[in-house]
Order: sequence, then C-alpha cells, then structure tokens
Amino acid sequence: MKKLLPVCLGAALCLLGGCGSDTSNENIVIVYNWGEYVDPDTLAMFEEETGIEVVYDEFETNETMYPKIENGAAEYDVVCPSDYMISKMIQNDLLLELDFSHIPNAKSNIGSQYWDQSRTFDPENKYSVPYCWGTVGILYNKTMVDEPLTSWAQLWDEKYTDEILMQDSVRDAFMVAEKMYGYSMNTTDPDELQRAMNALIAQKPIVQAYVVDQVRDKMIGGEAAIGVIYSGEAIYTQYENADLEYVIPSEGTNVWIDSWVILKDAPHKENAEKFIDFMCREDIALKNFEYITYSTPNEAAKALIEDDEIRNSPIAFPDLTQYDNLESYTYLGEEADEVYNELWKEIKSY
Amino acid sequence: MQTVKKIYVSLIFLFLYAPIGTLIVLSFNASKTRSKWGGFTMQWYASLLQDEVILDALTTTLLIAFLSALIASVIGTIAAVAMNGMKRRTRTLLIGVTNIPMLNADIVTGISLMLLFISIGLRFGFGTILLSHITFNIPYVILCIMPRMKQLNPSVYEAALDLGASHITAFFKVMLPDLMPGILSGFLMAFTMSLDDFIITHFTKGAGIDTLSTKIYTEVKKGIKPEMYALSTIIFVTVLILLFLVNKTPDKKEKTN
Repeated sequence: MKKLLPVCLGAALCLLGGCGSDTSNENIVIVYNWGEYVDPDTLAMFEEETGIEVVYDEFETNETMYPKIENGAAEYDVVCPSDYMISKMIQNDLLLELDFSHIPNAKSNIGSQYWDQSRTFDPENKYSVPYCWGTVGILYNKTMVDEPLTSWAQLWDEKYTDEILMQDSVRDAFMVAEKMYGYSMNTTDPDELQRAMNALIAQKPIVQAYVVDQVRDKMIGGEAAIGVIYSGEAIYTQYENADLEYVIPSEGTNVWIDSWVILKDAPHKENAEKFIDFMCREDIALKNFEYITYSTPNEAAKALIEDDEIRNSPIAFPDLTQYDNLESYTYLGEEADEVYNELWKEIKSY
Repeated sequence: MQTVKKIYVSLIFLFLYAPIGTLIVLSFNASKTRSKWGGFTMQWYASLLQDEVILDALTTTLLIAFLSALIASVIGTIAAVAMNGMKRRTRTLLIGVTNIPMLNADIVTGISLMLLFISIGLRFGFGTILLSHITFNIPYVILCIMPRMKQLNPSVYEAALDLGASHITAFFKVMLPDLMPGILSGFLMAFTMSLDDFIITHFTKGAGIDTLSTKIYTEVKKGIKPEMYALSTIIFVTVLILLFLVNKTPDKKEKTN
C-alpha cells in the first residue's frame, strides 16, 4: 500500500503532463498572437489548404507575452509582438533570421514604406514581417471644439479643461510631450525627459483622465472632447459617432507596427514560414483587415478593398512619405526603462 | 433610525450590484459600445451558443474548477486529519507553512509554478493548469476544515474503535460525517477560487488552451465582445438561483423533521 502511492502519483503526473514529450514531430504550427487579431476563418482555411494544424494562443500585452517566451514555458513557433518588443527580443537573441525565399508573399505584397519603417526596430529587416500597423493621433469631437486641432500643443490649451483624455501608458504619454518639443520619442537624454515630465505635470490639471481602452467608449458617448487614440480605434469610433475627427498632429507621431516573427527555438520552423507566407497572401490579408479593421501593410490586399472610402481613407492609410517626423518605439534598455517608469510615477502621483 | 439603517443597507447593495446590473443591461444592448443604446436584442445570447471558442473556454474552466476542488478537498481532508494527530508545536508550524501560499502574491505563485514545471519538463496544457489550481486550493480547504476538526469530540472516534470498528471504518462512519460541512465549504471555496483565478492560470497554461478569465483578458486590446456580457449574465443568474435553492432547503428539512 505504501509503495503503491508514489507509483500512482508518478503515473498520474505523467498522464497529466504528457511526460514532457515534445511536439516537434507533429504536423502543427503554434501561433501566439494578440487577442481578436485574426479572422478565425483564415485559420481554418490554412489548415484545409496545407494540412497543418494550427494551435492558436492569445496574449493581451507585450509585457505578459515576453516572460512566457523568454522562459520557454510553451513551445511557440510564430509570435506577433509590437515594434519595441521585437527590438528587445532581437537584442536578447530570441528570434530566428527569416529565410525570405520561403516567404515569397512577404516581399512581393508588403509595401516598401512599411519595410523602411520597420528598420527602426529591425535594422536589417531580417527578423520580422509587418502584419498590422497604425498611428497615434488626436481624436476630437467637432461639435465640442471651435477650431480644428492640428497639434499636440493644443492639448495644453486651458479652454479644454476636463475635456482631454490621455493614454495611460508610459511611452504613449511621454511620446506626446516629447514630440511637442520636437524630441525623439526614443530619447534617453535626462534634460529632455525632465522637460517632458514637467510638461505632463503642467498638463495634468486640465486632463480629464488617463485611460486605456475607455477612450473609445468615452469619445463615442461624448463624455470628452479630445482624446489621444490609436488610428485603428479611430475608424470604429467614427462609424459609431460621425462627429468625431482624427488627425495626425503636425509635430509627428508614433507609427506602431505589429509584426510576425519566428522564435529561435521554434519546433516547427517550416510550418511557421508557411503560416507567415499564408498570412501575407492578399486574399487572406484582406479578410483579416476586414475582421480586425486595423490598417494592413499589405499593398496587394489594399488594392482589393472594394469600398473606395476605406481604401483612400487618410486614417486607415495615411501617406507616410508626406511626414518626416514619424517614428516607432525601440527598446531603450533596462536602465532607460527604469528612468521612464520613475518619472511616470512622479507624474501620476503629482 | 430605521430609515437610516435601510438607506445604509440599500447603499451597500447598490455598490455591490450596480456593476453587475450594468453588465446585465449591456448584454441586451444591440450596439457594441457601452455608451450607446442600440436597442434591445438577444443576438449576443444566440451568437454565444455558436461561439465554440468561448464554449470551449467555459468547459475548461468548469472542468478545472470541479476537478481541482475535488482533488484539493481529498488531499486537504487527509492533511487536516494528519495534522490533528500531531503535537501542538508541529501542528502550528505546519498550519503556518500551509498559510503562506494564501498570503503570497498570485504572480509569485504563478511564476514559480511555471519555472518548476519547466525544470521538470512538463508539457504546458490542461495538466499544468490543473496541478497549479490544486496547489493553490489546498490551503483554503485546510483552512475550512481545521476549525471543524477542533470541535470534534475525540471520544466518539475512540468509542467507535472500542466497539470494534477498524480505523478506516471509524474514519468513514464517524469522523467524516462530522467533518462534512467543513469539507463542503472548503470544496465550494476552492471551486470559486479556481473559477476566479487569472494570473496563475496565465503563467501555467500552454498554447491553445484557455479558461474564461484568460480568454476575456486577451480581448482587452480590441474591446470585450458582448457575448462575454451575455455569458457573465447567465453565470450570475445561475449562481443566484443556486444560492436561493441552497438557502431554502434547510428550512424545509426542519419543518418536516
């Protein structure tokens, strides 16, 4: 009886854990993507066409995704992180150099301006394939302001007291102040950071709230006149409330890109390449664009959009070449991250 | 004085239930945004029933909650019985040790379990979630059973032995029935803790498996789907009905007795 117990427990553990057997022999691809960031139909189509089973998993922020990848908790193949997180993963040697001869659709369908923009975090375009992108800008309610907004500096205008919504994240909040002063949004210069912080503190009394996804709902409901928002959300809010207008401020802004990458120790590298290639195919990219409504970097898919209004929308597809002050976030290193967080705490507690 | 009391109580209930009320109202809203009323609709309930992903997550959640609560109750009961037989000092020490995981932040438990599973080479999936849920449930079960244990009259158990019962029979016939209320409340506690948990599950789950809480959380970036409001409403109403039933039965019993 006494000997039986450990044996039973051991057997149970093995059953539960599959005894740590690895999945590299199975014909699958394990994808780790943002929540609601792919049309489920396209996954089914991929399985049908290639016979490769998709094991699909979702994350909610870059920060919760990273420790799972770094520790190798689950054996993912393809991941879809954002710009600065990609640069962090490159620096920490987690990503595989892509073989673009196996991903022909990527080079042929994705516009050159997006490859150029990607260079801020992936300098040689070796590791990532752009999937979704957008800008950060000002959303305002035409009936609640008496002039068109064109500049970040207008967010400091006292006549909008209690009408302004700011993004509740370090980098997005600092970006606004840094860009207003004409600094780089990836600056680590202490003086520039100090000035940006002082500006944000000075702005605080007129800000209604620092929020994340409530910008969308509050702007639709007319609870605030001005909000800092991601372009992908802006299209949706305009659809619900026609009084809303989205602008990219003249001082420039953040262009964010979420890109496909393959992990260095991915167990199914070939399937991962096939998956990325499939996602870059124009009809699939179009389906995903219609589902997610975030801008697609896929020029071939954009040409297939039937609705002229969307295809030529300056919100969904702004002409990046007409601005010379757009940037993407890069990973600043642990020390700079800490400096940002310290200053951010000071602002929040002020 | 009476009116003050009533106002106070209703205020408490308002604060407790206003968020849930909002959620229930929103589940019937035809518009996807919370700030616009697009008319009354049942469409989210209909599409919920066809959404395999959500239903999968629901099944996983309930299965994990039930299994982990059941297994934790068994282990917890055995542990409590054993602890009861120990010397006072070892017992206090052991109870202290089992209490630590409860006071520990979830994220610490989550990450350390993840690292443990990696180091013994377990494959992440249903099994690892279940194991970690059992782990954090056990202290709650012990916590619920120990007070009950102290109320037991040891002479009854000894009397059973004197009357010829074996240790096992005496345990099942005498001790267990007396402990049952404690075990039951421990089971329910464990069940709800497991349903509730997000952070530990997040760190110990593998690819392609989700519980409701991790599923809902992944939707944050794009906005939570109204189907989730519908599901939450159904769960709330179910729990409410269950509570009413549970609270009603004792009365009837007393009357028939």
